Amino acid sequence: MDKNNRKAWLYLLPAILFLGVFMVYPLVDVFVYSFEEGYNSASQTFFGVGGYNYSYILHDPYFLQAVKNTFILVIITVPISTGLALLISVALNSIRPLRNLYQTVYFLPYVTNTLAVGLVFMILFKKTAYSDGLVNLLINWFGGQSVDFIDGPYWAKMFVLCFYTVWVVMPFKILILTGALASVNQDYYNAAKVDGTSRGRIFTRITLPMISPTIFYLVITGFIGAFKAYSDAVALFGTDLNAAGMNTIVGYVYDMLYGNSGGYPSYASAAAIVLFAIVLTITCINLLISKKHVHY
Amino acid sequence: MKVVLQNLTKKFPNRNKGVRSDVIAVNDFNIEIPDGQLIGLLGPSGCGKSTALNLLSGLLKPTSGKIFFGEDDVTDLPAENRGVGLVFQNYALYPHLTVRQNIMFPLENLKGAAKLSKAQMQEKALEAAKLVQIHELMDRKPSELSGGQQQRVALARAIVIRPDLLLLDEPLSNLDARLRLQTREELRRIQHETGITTIFVTHDQEEAMSISDMIIVMKEGVIQQVGRPQDVYDSPVNLFVAKFLGTPPINVFSGEVKDGGLWIGGDKICSVKLEGSRAVWVGIRPEGFDLDENGALSCALAGVEVMGRDITVISNNAMSDSGAIRSIISAENRVDTSSDTVRFNVKPYKLFLFDKETEERIYCEIG
Repeated sequence: MDKNNRKAWLYLLPAILFLGVFMVYPLVDVFVYSFEEGYNSASQTFFGVGGYNYSYILHDPYFLQAVKNTFILVIITVPISTGLALLISVALNSIRPLRNLYQTVYFLPYVTNTLAVGLVFMILFKKTAYSDGLVNLLINWFGGQSVDFIDGPYWAKMFVLCFYTVWVVMPFKILILTGALASVNQDYYNAAKVDGTSRGRIFTRITLPMISPTIFYLVITGFIGAFKAYSDAVALFGTDLNAAGMNTIVGYVYDMLYGNSGGYPSYASAAAIVLFAIVLTITCINLLISKKHVHY
Repeated sequence: MKVVLQNLTKKFPNRNKGVRSDVIAVNDFNIEIPDGQLIGLLGPSGCGKSTALNLLSGLLKPTSGKIFFGEDDVTDLPAENRGVGLVFQNYALYPHLTVRQNIMFPLENLKGAAKLSKAQMQEKALEAAKLVQIHELMDRKPSELSGGQQQRVALARAIVIRPDLLLLDEPLSNLDARLRLQTREELRRIQHETGITTIFVTHDQEEAMSISDMIIVMKEGVIQQVGRPQDVYDSPVNLFVAKFLGTPPINVFSGEVKDGGLWIGGDKICSVKLEGSRAVWVGIRPEGFDLDENGALSCALAGVEVMGRDITVISNNAMSDSGAIRSIISAENRVDTSSDTVRFNVKPYKLFLFDKETEERIYCEIG
């Protein structure tokens, strides 16, 4: 190792130390826990080593429900939020008057606290003694039947959760995408215009490829973020998510550690590792797909 | 296709706060550009050349005035329907597409009867690529090409649809000196081969002079002079045009016309047929000097540059308005460098008089 190399390592040491202690070690620890059967954090003892924790959670209906919920959430919200954000950004990019105002309005959800937003959604969707919520008022107005979005059928609850998630994650995406769109050289558009390119073709053949790295970044972080969803569900359906049938994987992990049924760190670890495996797989697939469609 | 501009004007709102007056980038253009020629649109930075080009391409809408392509009024026709080829200063090649895809891009836009099959497109693209000699680089990305090659791709993309009018915005400005020389010959050749009416914008007078059939000299949005390069050079209509054309630039003196003679300082240069006495600007081309011991114009010798084929004599004169005087004389002359002063005779046809106030050319017999 030459001198420069030694110096580099020296400078990196503090970061490596902290990352090691607070990131790598816990990760490894979780992995170890997930194979220790019947681990008790008070006595620090366990019965044996094996795959029982995995077998348990994979047969736990609550976990399976959480996995199902999480996947539905991811599959619905990531494409919709990214697509909508793209649409809005393109629109924002092509208007001139009041652009800053719109940008601010679209960005508001981002700086608003999750629980405060949850409250707003309660007003919109929750049935109380006085009203059925704003959305139901609208439905009634159009002649429909009231739907209980918070304690009602599964699809209604899932709709609210997806709606909420899309609404919360979109501002950040809009912000990033408007930035990306603005940085595309105007000459490309002018060149395309002179060549007689239609608007649709300009969008698909020029705009999209030009901002593809940004879209890719948003999709990856969107997937990861949606897989880690938890607080949104709590804000809407309260802490007992299992009872509401709206738990997510991270919610399940939390419940196993601290919830009503808490005190099962081994199960929690196994669930966390399963989540990790899922996210890793999806991200790898994303990377493979991106090789073909992202132009740096 | 000939192009006619009628009273073409483009104003932009002034960006400086509090200033109400608009910026007039293109001011009342009236010009007819003949078919099949290479036209140089020439002027200093910010004189509205690119605006004029964008008006022709349709990317900008004129404030007033009309544009005709042939007999058709295209003033209100959007860029996509004008069918012009445009090469941008930075080439604007799509970085995510290969050279082939870039060149084929305009062809894929063709609709209706003009629509081509994939094979036809390939063929046309190859044809255009061969014309600009980049057919061996068809599968590369623009980032894998040199500046000169990118320029050729941009040119191929512009001519692949065989436009009636080709517009080039500072086509050579991003190339190094050697490549620029080579590329301008190429440009000339391609224009000749295709016969497409071509207008190119440049601030480099040498570039415009060397390859244009006709040059249009602009200043602050106004056309100063239109004509064949040699004609404009030999007979500038005002001091600006005289100064703008030629390297090294024209030498300008503060002079005076009196008693039928032209005076620079205490020297009577030649006789002029002009009534009365008045102050004038005197422009003398560098090649308009003859070394002569008894010459009319006396200057303080500052130095001599021997170029081999000719000699540049650098001298000073108190009445010079353009700094040191550069005069180019034949290499057969011998300049006595030990002397402090140098004397010249001036060739009358290389000398122009301009009004001191308006800087317009004063036409009179000089000799």
